[in-house]
Amino acid sequence: MSRAVVRRSGSDASPPPIDMSTRLGSVGLPSPVLTASGCAASGRELDQFFDITSIGAVVTKSIMLEPRSGRATPRMAETPSGMLNSIGLQGPGIHAFLEKDLAWLRERGARVIVSIAGGTTQEFEEIAKILRDHGGFDALEVNISCPNVADRGQVFACRADTAAAVIGGVRRSTDPSIPVFAKLSPDVTDIGTIALACVRAGADGLSLINTTLGMVIDVDTMRPALAGVTGGLSGPAIRPIAVRCVWQVRDVLPEIPLIGMGGIRNGSDAFEFILAGADAVSVGTVTFHDPSAPARVQAELATIAAERGFTSLRDAVSYAHRDPDAEPEGDPDDIALPEWV
Amino acid sequence: MPVQVRGEVVSVRRAGQYHVLTVTAPGVPEITKPGNFATLAIGDLDSSGLILRRAFSIHGVQSRGIYGGTIDVVIADAGPGTHWLTQRRRGDVLDIVAPLGRPFALPRDPVSCLLVGGGYGAAPLVFLAEHLRERGCRVDILLGASTEEKLFGVLEAKRIASTVTITTDDGSLGETGLVTDQLRAAIDRAATDVIYACGPMGMLAAVSQIASEAGVYSQCAVEESMACGIGVCMTCVLPVIGDDGITRMLRSCVEGPIFRGDRVRWDDVGTIPPDALGAPVVEGRDR
Repeated sequence: MSRAVVRRSGSDASPPPIDMSTRLGSVGLPSPVLTASGCAASGRELDQFFDITSIGAVVTKSIMLEPRSGRATPRMAETPSGMLNSIGLQGPGIHAFLEKDLAWLRERGARVIVSIAGGTTQEFEEIAKILRDHGGFDALEVNISCPNVADRGQVFACRADTAAAVIGGVRRSTDPSIPVFAKLSPDVTDIGTIALACVRAGADGLSLINTTLGMVIDVDTMRPALAGVTGGLSGPAIRPIAVRCVWQVRDVLPEIPLIGMGGIRNGSDAFEFILAGADAVSVGTVTFHDPSAPARVQAELATIAAERGFTSLRDAVSYAHRDPDAEPEGDPDDIALPEWV
Repeated sequence: MPVQVRGEVVSVRRAGQYHVLTVTAPGVPEITKPGNFATLAIGDLDSSGLILRRAFSIHGVQSRGIYGGTIDVVIADAGPGTHWLTQRRRGDVLDIVAPLGRPFALPRDPVSCLLVGGGYGAAPLVFLAEHLRERGCRVDILLGASTEEKLFGVLEAKRIASTVTITTDDGSLGETGLVTDQLRAAIDRAATDVIYACGPMGMLAAVSQIASEAGVYSQCAVEESMACGIGVCMTCVLPVIGDDGITRMLRSCVEGPIFRGDRVRWDDVGTIPPDALGAPVVEGRDR
């Protein structure tokens, strides 16, 4: 890994160009910035605010086999620097998704990572096979944070064996040239164990993290704020949890491609994930605050990395894991020293 | 197609219990129609912990003038986000996305229109009345609130409507009672063809029912809590019957906020009707 030269802060020279390309297993992307599943629908709405072909890829909302109404409302509660949601995977089902959404994304020329969800291992496999026969997407992200019908509604992602069963089934049902990413839940005792189980079951990479389970009680009605009682917490409030998960999984699996996500607001937040070990990042809840956020984060990330002397963003991946005793190369004059030195 | 623009606050003025915010929004007035809404970000994320935008129905637009294009929205100070907006001062910058949502459908012919507003739900009605009057429609307005302070737009309504009927729950202004108590009489008086309504869900449900009984077409602007306002988050759904007779959970931000009153399943709002497309199997597979 090449080393960065830290530029003196306050330099007014514009940052040099930086190669933002990244790889997710067999797939190369021109940029590491993606949308986050469930925060971009199928790209069409956000395309009104920025060119969705300009970012790394659109990660679509998790699709299931059949049309699904989702849960009752209220489905959402705002929380400090975040929000709680309990949508319940409302969606049109895989066939309508292929005909309308995926067709539009291909026509538009966007790179696409399709997120899939299921209530049983068989449902995941069936969707994967339908997608394999259809084609026209770049990678799969498997949302295993949904309730397992066969396990009292416990989510697949909370146990290594159920997570691995789904990932193994999807991997076998998918074209070998298409990378399969397992999206993990932070609500586990040791995320490294689940990550290892998924990789051993055939995952080409991991997406970290899904929402973390939370709850809000309305003190006026004195009842849970969400009709679904509990919901998934997302937004800047969970970013330190997400960065920790990326860091821990990167320690366990030094080579596996990782997509980091959780509360990214700007380029600096995205860079934090890159330094922790993410090869790509998904911009999620902040899109509700700023519908052009993915494009903005991409531009800010390029500037921040270039300002720190990186000519290729890939060199910054896992950079925070470097030996603390290592000295940076280059002219020591380029190092930003604290003012009192 | 909506745009995201940075606008400067021109003024924030009080109107009863509400605030009217006027903000520059370059390019927005020209493409805004009555019933469209705008969302405003609450500060920037470096300093604000409120990440969700607030949605407001557009009260009016000015496409020309010393400030260029501006829009007006009516704010009820109901929490930290809306309170922050009421504290803005001239020159403060706001992040605006507008126009959003489907506007009110306007009649082709010069028919008789009755506009019903509950509380600050009256916000889009004068803007709508102007467009209806341009088409030669008769416009009557019925405004109600719990008390006089919570009425909005009474003077503006009187300037544009053939008749204005006011109701308050406590009798502090106009007739004592609910707007819906006056609705049937107002329909008969004006030989109403179309009702446009904006206000709380309970009022919209009652207006739709009375309209259906009277054989009058109704359009209702719903207010559902929403996170994104642009159709991606799926939080603002409600059960609506389609042309094919099938009930779907539709997003009020993009498939609304204006719905035909007879198509919304008002009694089932807040639930997933068992016959809705993709409703959970009764055994309760979602626990």
